[in-house]
This record gives sequence, C-alpha cells and structure tokens, in this order.
Amino acid sequence: MGLLSKKDAQLITDPLADNNPITIQVLGICSALAITAELKASLVMAISVLFVLGLGNVVISLMRNIIPSKIRIIVQLIVVAALVIIVDLVLKAFAYELSKTLSVFVGLIITNCIIMGRFEAFALGNGPWKSFLDGIGNAVGYGVILIIVGFFRELFGSGTLFGIPVLGDPIAKTGLYAIGYENNGFMIMPPMALIVVGIIIWIQRTKNKALIED
Amino acid sequence: MGLKNNLHNLKEKYKGTKMAPAFNAIHTFLYLPNETTHNGTHIKAADDLKRTMNTVIMAMVPCLIFGMFNAGYQHNVAFGTGSVISGGLFSAEFWSLENLLIGAWKILPILVVSYGVGLLIEFIFAVIKKHEVEEGYLVTGMLVPLIVPVDIPLWMLAVAVAFGVVIGKEVFGGTGMNILNPALTIRAFLFFAYPTWMSGDKVWVEGAVKQDQLIAAGEKLDAISGETILGSLAQNKEAGYDVMDMFFGFIPGSVGETSTLLVLLGGLFLIFSKIGSWRIMLSSVLGALVMGLIFNGVVSSGWITESSKFYGLMSTEFWHHLLIGGFAFGTVFMATDPVTASQTNKGKWIYGFLIGFISILIRVFNPAYPEGVMLAILLMNVFAPTIDHYVVQGNVKQRMKRLKAKTA
Repeated sequence: MGLLSKKDAQLITDPLADNNPITIQVLGICSALAITAELKASLVMAISVLFVLGLGNVVISLMRNIIPSKIRIIVQLIVVAALVIIVDLVLKAFAYELSKTLSVFVGLIITNCIIMGRFEAFALGNGPWKSFLDGIGNAVGYGVILIIVGFFRELFGSGTLFGIPVLGDPIAKTGLYAIGYENNGFMIMPPMALIVVGIIIWIQRTKNKALIED
Repeated sequence: MGLKNNLHNLKEKYKGTKMAPAFNAIHTFLYLPNETTHNGTHIKAADDLKRTMNTVIMAMVPCLIFGMFNAGYQHNVAFGTGSVISGGLFSAEFWSLENLLIGAWKILPILVVSYGVGLLIEFIFAVIKKHEVEEGYLVTGMLVPLIVPVDIPLWMLAVAVAFGVVIGKEVFGGTGMNILNPALTIRAFLFFAYPTWMSGDKVWVEGAVKQDQLIAAGEKLDAISGETILGSLAQNKEAGYDVMDMFFGFIPGSVGETSTLLVLLGGLFLIFSKIGSWRIMLSSVLGALVMGLIFNGVVSSGWITESSKFYGLMSTEFWHHLLIGGFAFGTVFMATDPVTASQTNKGKWIYGFLIGFISILIRVFNPAYPEGVMLAILLMNVFAPTIDHYVVQGNVKQRMKRLKAKTA
C-alpha cells in the first residue's frame, strides 16, 4: 500500500474518497446491501464498524511483533470476535429493537472483508497511532457510503428518515401522499442497494477520471 | 421545404458544438438528410436500424388500437354501462366509438409520457456522450404502453421509464449494448416498486381504483372487480371467459397484450418481413406447451388434489396458457429483441424453449408473480450470451475434430 509513506492525515482522508473501501475496493458490499434499508440501522452499523476497526487496528498493531505469522489469522479473528461481542451486547442492552433489526449482521462484522483487510494490510506493519488513524479513516469511508445509501433507500422506500415521516403519512394521505405519491417498494429490496451503490460509483468516477480502469 | 432547410441550417450552425447531436436527431428523424447520396454505384440496403424499428412499431399498432377499444369495453362492462360481447369478433358492443374514446383518453397520455421521458433521456445522454441520438428507444417507447395496466399513474411510469433507460440501457453503453430488454426492465421496476398498481383486481379496469377510493370515502357502494384470468386461476377460481374471448382478447389485462389474434398477426408480419426470429417464437411456444403438458400430466395422474393451491393453474388445459396473460405478446415482441436474444441459430432454439418453459413454471408455482413471462425473458436475457458462447465453442470443437481427421 502506498499509504505507508504518506502523512498521517492522508490515512484518514484517502479512504473517504479516492480509496474508499466500498466504492473503490468494493469490499464490505454484503452488509452495505443488507442493512441499508433504514438510515438508523446504517448509522449504527457504521458506528459499530468504526469502534471495531479503530480499536482492533490498535490491538493488532500493539501485538504485531509477538504474533507468529502462521497463526496470525486466528489471532486477528479472536480480536475482532471479542470486539464484535462487546458491540453486540451493548446493542442488546441499550438498543434492543435496533439489534433485532440488524440481527445476524452485527455478528457478521467479523467477516467484513474491510476489517480483516486492514489488519492484514496495515496494522501488522505499522505503529498503533498510524493504525488507529487508518482504522478510523476506513471505517468512516465505509460508514459514509452506508449512510448515503441508507438515506436514499429510507427516504424513497419508506418516506421516513430515522423513522420519522418526512414526506407525509401514507395511510392518512397527507403531505406528498395527498397528490398521489407512493413509496417505492423496490427501494427496500437489497437489489436496489446494489444499484444505488453502483450509481455512487458512477458519479465518483465521472468526477475523478483517474479512477477509471480500462 | 422551409422547415427542412431551417433544420439543416440549424444543424450546420451547431456543427461541432455540444448540442449538435440533438439537432441532428430531429433533422434526420423528420427528413432525409441533405448529405445522403442520391445516385452512384452504392449498394442500398433498405433495412437500416430505423426501418427495422418502424417495422416492429407497425406490427404493434393493431395491438395498441385494440387495447384502446378493450380498455373502454372493460370499463363499460364493469361499470354496467355497456353490455357483454354477443356476436363474436365483430360485435358492435366492442367496436363502439365510445369505447375507443374512453381507451384513447387513458392510453394516449401513457404513450406520450413513455416517448417523452425516454427520448428526453436519450437526447441528454447523446449530448453528454457526444454521439448521435440512437433509434433504440422508438420500439421501447411503443412497447411500454402496451405492457402496463391502463390505470397506471403517469408519474410512476415516468420514474420507471427513466430508471429503465438509464440503468437498463445507458449505463451499458446505449442501444445495442444492453443486457436486459429495456421495456421489460421498466415493467419489472414498476412491478417491484409499486406492486399494488401492477397486480390485483383493480388496475386492469379504467376507473376501478378511483371507485375504490370513493367507496372508502363512503360515496359509492358497488366495488368494481376486473380480475385477470391468471389472477382468478391462481386463486382456484373459474376463469369466467371462454376460449374465443381469450383468443380475440376481450379480457382484462395489460393494455396491448390481451388479443392473441392480433399478436399472432403481428408475429407473422415480423416473420415475413424477416425482422423477428421465427425460431425463438416457435421454440418458446413449444417450451410453454411442454411445461403445460407436464403440469396437466401431474394433475391427471392424481398427484395434485383440488385442495392444492396450484390446482387452478396446473389443471388449466396446456394450450390455454398460450392465450392468457402476456405470454403471446412477450414471445413475439420481447423475446425476439435482437439485442438481448441469442445470436446463433442453435442458441435461439435453446433460448426460446427455456423462455416458454420457465414462463409457465413461474406462472404456476409462484402466483405472487402472475406474469412469469416477464421474469422468464429477463432471466434468459442474462443467459443468452452464455448460450451463444457454448454454441460457438461446440462448433469450433466440431470443426477442429474435422480438421484433425482430414490432416491425420
């Protein structure tokens, strides 16, 4: 990775745009498709990944010199699993409804390619401070896309944002619904998340031609 | 000549600028361009892309006009203001001016929205991409009004057309590069996004939805029901229409797909003008008949009882499947789309057969998706390049073997 020699600030800003884990590296798509039907779930998922990746990167980085390379994947898994269990329990304790919405996908943070990818590619070869910045940067880059997708899917799919009706009441026919507007059921289905992510990738590459591969 | 020259001058004036493709498209759409060679030793083939598209559109016009009469007829029958057909194909109850006017009043706006939105997007993309406006949308724009329910809200149609043209076609590189049939992409979008407007027993009859709202408001009393035959059969109810009604098309359904007779005539026209592939049409019909026969066999061997939820559709006589729903229309006008279908002759047989086969399979086993034809064609569109690949590879292998036998 060219990130090694660059300044600390770039560790955070690069994954936000030109090296975004979702739109450029196309990692972590599975959860981006599954849980973005609601903005709240997207936000919680983004924060969870931020916590797991930021802390996990630091832990792995601190242990990087004592981990035997033959069992490093197992060690990494244990670190992620421990952090994910913390997230899962916190959600169950303080946001039970939300944890039911996210269901298995909290547990599946373990298999999120972005996390193992950052451990392997960055934390194993860098100091804790740099690893922390890299973790935060990648998690925010992931979260931003999740929130953008969640915003459009919830707005057009359910007519709400964070569960609050913004376009009127579909049953009492107020607001936009009074003039015949209807929610787009396709937006709630995972295929539409793929198309929204695709459109984001399209816009990003139109703006920055250097990203286009032949 | 005035307008033509004006357009030509405009075109010259904007040559090389951003808007050039837009003016060029309007000019060549309306008139023969000034630059065309009129004499000399050129071979002229009349069937360019525009001519091909026009032929398909001509084949669909009877369906559209029939659809207008049928929309009015279904409305009048359902609301009790008209009587049921009595004298076969040429009944005066059906071919009345009143029916035509009711239908045209609803269907012409659908046609205008379909062409307006679709062509606007084509023009925008041509200007951005700096290439000529492609004729590809001419057929899609005509197909769309024929495959939607008559009561579809126009804004939904506009959203769907924008989605279908951009995501279904332009992202792949425009006309000729698309994987999925754009018209079916539009319909599939409508179907999944606004399912209440694409299925059920209201949307097929003009005015029935409004009637429902009035009932909810306590102003009217009689609910209007215009269930399609597939809808009735899926609920194990009697179809309520005889075979001739199905064949002539005096049944509720999407605007242009009800009349199997007119679709058949359109199909023959396409085959004789060598635009549509008879291989795909024939093999698709064969596929549907085979699947229908299998289901009939299952029923007659007693594996399925009348209490089964599949009984209604499974026990439908196998050849009735050709007459009901959008099967005939899809087979003739959608499956044969030269861009998204298989290109090789052997591939066309496989492609068509599987479309017919899967259509009836989806229709029977998933009553939530009554229009299996749409999903079957979209699925096979995705597989068409794979089929072609193996057909070509098979041929290559055969010829290699022959070559080896010769040289050895």
